[in-house]
Amino acid sequence: MLSWIIFLPLIGAGIILLLPKDNPRLIRTVALAAALADFLLCLPLYAGFDATTAAPQFEQRFAWIASLGASYHVGIDGISFWLVLLTTFLGPLCLLGSWGIQKRVKEYHFSFLFLQTGMLGVFCSLDLVLFYVFWEVMLVPMYLLIGVWGGSNRIYAAVKFFLYTMVGSLLMLVAIIWIYLHSADPATGLRTFDLLAIYQSAKPAFQAQMWLFAAFALAFAIKVPMFPFHTWLPDAHVEAPTAGSVILAGVLLKMGTYGFLRFAMPLFPDAAQAFVPVISVLAIIGIIYGALVSMVQPDMKKLVAYSSVSHLGFVMLGLFALNAQGVSGGIYQMLNHGVSTGALFFLVGVIYDRRHTRRIADFGGLAKVMPIYTTVFLIVALSSLGLPGLNGFVGEFLILLGAWRANPVYAIFAATGVILAAVYLLWMISRVFYGKVDKEENEKLPDLTLREKLTLYPLVVMIFVMGIFPQFFLSKMETSVRVFLESMPR
Amino acid sequence: MEHEAATAAHSSLLWLIPAFPFLGMLINGLMRRRMPEKAAGILASAAMLGAFLVSLLVFLDLRALPHHGRALTQTIYTWFAVGDFHVDVSFLADPLSAVMILVVSGVGFLIHVYSIGYMKGDPGAVRYFTYLNLFAFFMLTLVLADNYLLMFVGWEGVGLCSYLLIGFWYTDYEKALAGNKAFIVNRIGDFGFILGILLMFATFGSVEYGTVFDRAAGFPYGSAVITAITLLLFLGATGKSAQLPLYVWLPDAMAGPTPVSALIHAATMVTAGVYMVARSNLLYSLAPVSLTVVAAVGAFTALFAATIGLTQFDIKKVLAYSTVSQLGYMFLGCGVAAFGAGIFHLMTHAFFKALLFLGSGSVIHAMDHYFHHAGIKSNAQDMRYMGGLRKHLPSTYWTMLVGCLAIAGIPGLSGFFSKDEILWKTFASGNYGLWIIAVITSGLTAFYMFRLLYMTFHGDFRSAKGHDHPHESPRVMTVPLMILAGLSVVGGWVGIPHVLGGGNQFEMWLEPVFERGQEIAALAHAGEHGGATELLTMLFVTLVGLSGIGLAYLFYLRQPKLPEKVAAGAGPLYGLVYNKYYVDEIYDAGVVQPLKATSNHFLWRFFDVKIVDGLVNGTARVMTEFGTGVRKIQTGQVQNYALAFAVGVVVIILAFVL
Repeated sequence: MLSWIIFLPLIGAGIILLLPKDNPRLIRTVALAAALADFLLCLPLYAGFDATTAAPQFEQRFAWIASLGASYHVGIDGISFWLVLLTTFLGPLCLLGSWGIQKRVKEYHFSFLFLQTGMLGVFCSLDLVLFYVFWEVMLVPMYLLIGVWGGSNRIYAAVKFFLYTMVGSLLMLVAIIWIYLHSADPATGLRTFDLLAIYQSAKPAFQAQMWLFAAFALAFAIKVPMFPFHTWLPDAHVEAPTAGSVILAGVLLKMGTYGFLRFAMPLFPDAAQAFVPVISVLAIIGIIYGALVSMVQPDMKKLVAYSSVSHLGFVMLGLFALNAQGVSGGIYQMLNHGVSTGALFFLVGVIYDRRHTRRIADFGGLAKVMPIYTTVFLIVALSSLGLPGLNGFVGEFLILLGAWRANPVYAIFAATGVILAAVYLLWMISRVFYGKVDKEENEKLPDLTLREKLTLYPLVVMIFVMGIFPQFFLSKMETSVRVFLESMPR
Repeated sequence: MEHEAATAAHSSLLWLIPAFPFLGMLINGLMRRRMPEKAAGILASAAMLGAFLVSLLVFLDLRALPHHGRALTQTIYTWFAVGDFHVDVSFLADPLSAVMILVVSGVGFLIHVYSIGYMKGDPGAVRYFTYLNLFAFFMLTLVLADNYLLMFVGWEGVGLCSYLLIGFWYTDYEKALAGNKAFIVNRIGDFGFILGILLMFATFGSVEYGTVFDRAAGFPYGSAVITAITLLLFLGATGKSAQLPLYVWLPDAMAGPTPVSALIHAATMVTAGVYMVARSNLLYSLAPVSLTVVAAVGAFTALFAATIGLTQFDIKKVLAYSTVSQLGYMFLGCGVAAFGAGIFHLMTHAFFKALLFLGSGSVIHAMDHYFHHAGIKSNAQDMRYMGGLRKHLPSTYWTMLVGCLAIAGIPGLSGFFSKDEILWKTFASGNYGLWIIAVITSGLTAFYMFRLLYMTFHGDFRSAKGHDHPHESPRVMTVPLMILAGLSVVGGWVGIPHVLGGGNQFEMWLEPVFERGQEIAALAHAGEHGGATELLTMLFVTLVGLSGIGLAYLFYLRQPKLPEKVAAGAGPLYGLVYNKYYVDEIYDAGVVQPLKATSNHFLWRFFDVKIVDGLVNGTARVMTEFGTGVRKIQTGQVQNYALAFAVGVVVIILAFVL
């Protein structure tokens, strides 16, 4: 079941390879169908999911490289479950959103579906080798999406993205090898890459934990990205095509935070504990720094990109609060960020498609010309700035609550981010949408098309549902969060 | 048994109160294109009427219950619960929230009806009514919530609607910016509010009123943690209720349509802070320092805003500063632990200030049409272009006169009783300094209100051109004015003090909510037996008010040259007050611009681009120089740099690990 979900996009990609190049419509349809089917496949997961256990569910395992103790082992718990759902939910929306791509349509859709499989694999892997393979494999299509279908400075951005991530990954590989060399499967006594087995084994000595944690943490911190490893992000976002940005912000960044949660923290709990002050402070700097820099961006997309740095700072702060509210809030905020920031990138894409510019100064008074677009933009922005009743608030509040319990000073500083979020988003909105339409080019812009509505409305619905009925989501992750926290030192 | 059954049956109505305007919002919002303007207005008003009627039912239900058992609750569902944190979407109707829902839905209904006339012909009318209903939904949620987090939902929600409605005519960029300012300044206050909630939960393990208050009652008087909680919450109140130092958004908020100013920026939303403090009376009573802060901020804001009100020429700006000032009175009342008096003034103020704003709206409406017809380009809100409107707008004039008398504290009218109670409790609690400030403010209030009345309605019409003149507004606008004028007269009669032979039923009604707090603050009955002192101070304050009116008469009717002379005589002081003490300019130069400049030039263009990126690219460059021949250095190919960078980093890492 789970394997079908992981590999269905890849099968779709395979079919696309067989399709004729000169029928882009067919290619798009097949890709969309594959992504949509993948999402629908996930729905039975919800029905069959047992929220009372933290053990991996829908587990599948068979030997892969038996001599090395590596196996194909997948499964999901209450945390990865939602990330899988988020990935498959955003997938079809992204494909719908990139209907306008004209260049190398076949390769584009191939890369995209390939990427889907990579990301799903990362979230489902319960074996370190398998995880690492997915983690690396995913880099290639993302690199291509930026480097081939990106903007004018795409090569620089793509390489920067690739290298930043590679550097982190290499360190992580070294750490994985170290773990392997020191591992012993409780069942067989042999060395193993199996995550569950390693979870159950004795933890490394404190000094070793510190080094290993640092290695993992660097890889993940770059991905998140945490301050000061964030400078690849604005470039990557600005150059990436719209759907690339959506998937980058919506899912890819979560690999970093998920990595902390699944690997770095439970594998090296004592080190994680010791790193709490460092990571919390970096997270808070990220929150404030990202917001301040966001405030002065002249480019809408860069503004949203820097706001991600701020939001992901919240996620990290929550995870390292090491209590139920902080961790649940952090996970919830990952989902929120996927929905809200994903939607913001779509929205920027909508206007870019029409005007081929994203400079705030090139707009003004759009509310008169594009009322529906304006309404959707406003709702998404309000969600992003954490208006109570919408999704962002629940995550931020839980994170702040968790942070307060860890250390009130963290919460006080982090909460300033809530003020700043209102500043950068409302300043942008007023400059883009309010005032008179003072540029001739903007006078006749068409409002949202049906396709754009189909892309955006599901996200808007999620913004409301997740804000009004958060318990629907939180209750499924409760047990997993509790067991995770039990694995942490008191 | 029978009682319990009745309670259960009626408490299930509570959800309907916010649901009515929510439904109105939904229908108008989703059918924005197809909805005729008039239908939208009627639908929105009907929704408010529905909310009002249910509120009335709830009120009657409460009255039927025994004095101390007056509380109805209804839990809708668990909003979220993580670990030991739990919060419900749950409503509470007790004497305090009953007053609030009646005021919000009642005054709200009248303003909705008035808006049908005021917004006639505006292309955005349907959007207007959508926002107005949305506002009512959030406001009713705010006052009905049974916990602080749900209150916060309403709290920020009304802020959102305020933002949307201030910037309603968004094609005017200035108005949109006024909306931004309101939202952002409120967010600064909300920063305090949310931290207050966090500390509250960390301390009491709950955010639900009942539990919080029960547990807080076990804390010692003057407890530091409760002082911190209440001060943080009060920061939120200074934002929402426009007190020093966060009042700056409210005068700018006058950019919105005038009925919005009446509803949101006078009668309801801005009083949310007062409601919150009164709701938390037990916490504040345990924190004498916080009470002092609340009282002092209230008194100083009252005086500060009143002085600015003396010099403004924009009719709405005068009323805006007046609102800031009156809200200060309410906080003064709460600050001397006379929470009932604060809420009493909240209610009467809702009547007369809504009336005054709607009256000014009627004036502006008339002036605007007149200017339009007469082909004059002028400012329809500037009182210097008005005068003599009494003849042409008789209903507006008479109703506004009632409003002015009420706010000036003329005996018998609503404002007299509520303001007097605050002043007396301030005096009785021994805060003589604050009392003097409040009395001076009272004189200033009478002066600037009658200045407004005289400049607008008396004397000669200063924009006369030919035989044309401004016309009275339609009945859909004047009838709400008359109802509000009636309320401005009789609204205070529910709280006639004992010393004047009244029973002060209003205070009795609220007693179950405030008694625990007041007992702690040891001021429970301080004001009840004032006797001769109470009468004397009352007389004195009345005389101060009358002199204010007399002075305004002298300045603006008898000796119209006098104001200029005084202004000239006061020299720079007048300029300082006229320019609102330059507070906006100081905030801009002291906070906004430095923050922008630092973020732009230091954090982004220097730190991000030069330092972090410079380090990344620089490492690559250095590695290239080491690794390859001199000829390849200047290739300019980013890939080369980057590749070298990667190689370099790997080398460093390996050196570390091995």
